[in-house]
Amino acid sequence: MEYFLQQLINGLTLGSIYGLIAIGYTMVYGIIGMINFAHGDIFMVGAFIALIAFLALVAIGLTAVPVALLVVLLVAMLLTALYGWTVERFAYRPLRGSFRLAPLISAIGMSIALQNYMQIAQGARVKPLPPIITGNYPLIDSGNFHVQVSNIQIIIVVVTVTLMAGFSWLVASTRLGRDMRACAQDLKMAALVGVNTDRTISLTFVIGAALASVAGVMFLLYYGVIDFFIGFVAGVKAFTAAVLGGIGSLPGAMLGGLLIGLIETFWSAYFSVQYKDVAAFSVLVLVLIFMPTGILGRPEVEKV
Amino acid sequence: MSVEIARETQKSARFDFVGALWDAAIAAFVAFGLFSLIVGLRTEQGSTGQLVLFPRPELLFALVGVVFAGRFVVALFFRSGLMSTRHTIVSPAMRRRLDYVGSFVGVFLLLFALAIPFLFYSDRYLLDLAILVLTYVMLGWGLNIVVGLAGLLDLGYVAFYAVGAYSYALLAQNFGWSFWLCLPLAGILAAFWGILLGFPVLRLRGDYLAIVTLAFGEIIRLVLLNWQDFTGGPNGISGIPRPSFFGLPFTANDDGFAAYFGIEFDPTHRVVFLFYLILALALITNFATIRLRRLPVGRAWEAMREDEIACRSLGINTTNTKLTAFAIGAMFGGFAGGFFATRQGFISPESFVFMESAMIVAIVVLGGMGSQIGVAVAAVVMVGGFELFREFEQFRMLIFGLAMVAIMVWRPRGLVAHRSPSIFLRQKKEIPPEVLEEVQR
Repeated sequence: MEYFLQQLINGLTLGSIYGLIAIGYTMVYGIIGMINFAHGDIFMVGAFIALIAFLALVAIGLTAVPVALLVVLLVAMLLTALYGWTVERFAYRPLRGSFRLAPLISAIGMSIALQNYMQIAQGARVKPLPPIITGNYPLIDSGNFHVQVSNIQIIIVVVTVTLMAGFSWLVASTRLGRDMRACAQDLKMAALVGVNTDRTISLTFVIGAALASVAGVMFLLYYGVIDFFIGFVAGVKAFTAAVLGGIGSLPGAMLGGLLIGLIETFWSAYFSVQYKDVAAFSVLVLVLIFMPTGILGRPEVEKV
Repeated sequence: MSVEIARETQKSARFDFVGALWDAAIAAFVAFGLFSLIVGLRTEQGSTGQLVLFPRPELLFALVGVVFAGRFVVALFFRSGLMSTRHTIVSPAMRRRLDYVGSFVGVFLLLFALAIPFLFYSDRYLLDLAILVLTYVMLGWGLNIVVGLAGLLDLGYVAFYAVGAYSYALLAQNFGWSFWLCLPLAGILAAFWGILLGFPVLRLRGDYLAIVTLAFGEIIRLVLLNWQDFTGGPNGISGIPRPSFFGLPFTANDDGFAAYFGIEFDPTHRVVFLFYLILALALITNFATIRLRRLPVGRAWEAMREDEIACRSLGINTTNTKLTAFAIGAMFGGFAGGFFATRQGFISPESFVFMESAMIVAIVVLGGMGSQIGVAVAAVVMVGGFELFREFEQFRMLIFGLAMVAIMVWRPRGLVAHRSPSIFLRQKKEIPPEVLEEVQR
């Protein structure tokens, strides 16, 4: 029971990270109907920017943890958003209206390019970061097994919930959110009634990238080690989360993220760690085959 | 009068320095933001194991400078309309002439391929490279059936390549079966896996299908990596038996190939044999594809690629059509895998990563999705290009990725962006790429 509880806590933490990445997939898919295959690598870029920003802050002598964390989050969000914008501008925007698979192939190219760019710029080795946020709260102490929540886990869940709330507000009640929803319903019609679709799509990518970078920061703090390849697997899992929750749906992305995090954690805990990625990929396959609309998604109407 | 106006607009276009400078400044600013931390600061492990930062301002400013200059030039010349970035439409007469020349290109390439072992007999490196290129040509042609003809984007094609390679290796090692028995079996097993994986994904279309095939490819690789007792795990399988020339091994022994034919033993014989083997396999793939296109099933593939709903309304069984495409494509992938295993003598999951799939997809896409000769040329360009950039080991994957983006942006229909109808009434009517793009929106 204690073991189960501990895994539940770990799974929810991991799921929050996946959920943050999944939002980027779900928003982009909702609006322009493409799988932004490079989104996982945007997450990886975010993690690297955070790593370097942390080291730079230490180098200039800023070591107060809360301030440093805030600065790093802001820097990572800003610069990663810039990456998201650039990728959209160069790899996807010229392809709008091209044949259906062109953006996907372009996105795969971008994903390969981003990975190798990072490998060239920062080296292929794994990058360790000493733990910055330490300490934990014991919940249950039953002699042989301690259930505990670490501070970093609390921070991850709190940050995720805050961002989700903020983002839901943005989509529900701001001008930009309305534009986004309009574009998601019908891009052409939205353009006809005066929505600046290019700008809206760009901003969607920017926000998606910013959220992915937060996930990157959290991943870095939680695991303490990153490399240039983390984006691929994390990206596929987050995409699975988006599909599982119902692609195009924001609460769905979060729910899917949590479920994938839990599935992965429990699978590793009770079955086999080696096959944890197989579990996640299998979930993707099963969901797409048996439940292509996901849990909260709406069925896609086939247009002729 | 009109000349004057033209000159006038040209002049105003040419001297829009301020606008170009402004554009370039913005681009440089963005580039600075992008590169500032990632390129400007390098993390290295210090003596205590902690990461240490090394600033690289020269590199950062050089990059920003390049972006500034590049954007400036582009803004000045392309934006102002002095140079058109649109590709011109080739006139029908020109097209016919090109077609005429094009019909010889295939023959010429084939003759050249046949002559390669004689031309470069002493150059082992070139022969090996030629074998590698032909392997990719074969994989490209195999995938072309799935992607180019049937229009199903398969991002996990390397899984069938892996199934073929592992089937060959395990059959040859555990049962000691000969090359000529194992190779067809490898193909059949891969086709079987194609059907097995094809079944569940039939209901999916477009990018969902692509992601599921990617997931399948990764699952197969992860199983190969973790199923230690069966596949050898990360160590792979080594000591895979070499192919024999209809039972004659390529050894210096008395019962070897050289001794049987009474010629002097030379290790290159085996390489030449492998070369002709893969050439034959590739040509079989090509021939089968060309013939299949003329069969009802091939016609159905192409119809399905153009419009699946219309296809179904016309009574074509899309389930069977997709399954055959998957199975036949997988079978050729399996043949190529079997060949790969026997050539290398060693296989491990390392060889079957997602990058390989992306590479094969890139070859098919670059080749124009559906054009046989285009795929062959693309494989030569791609693999050859990779070899040319061997000294820039680090950069070639970066360039590869960016090239994929660039091709999609400039020529989404690939290098051979022209598709001739495979069935026509009396006279062939050309379908220009512009129309195709229009149709497929």
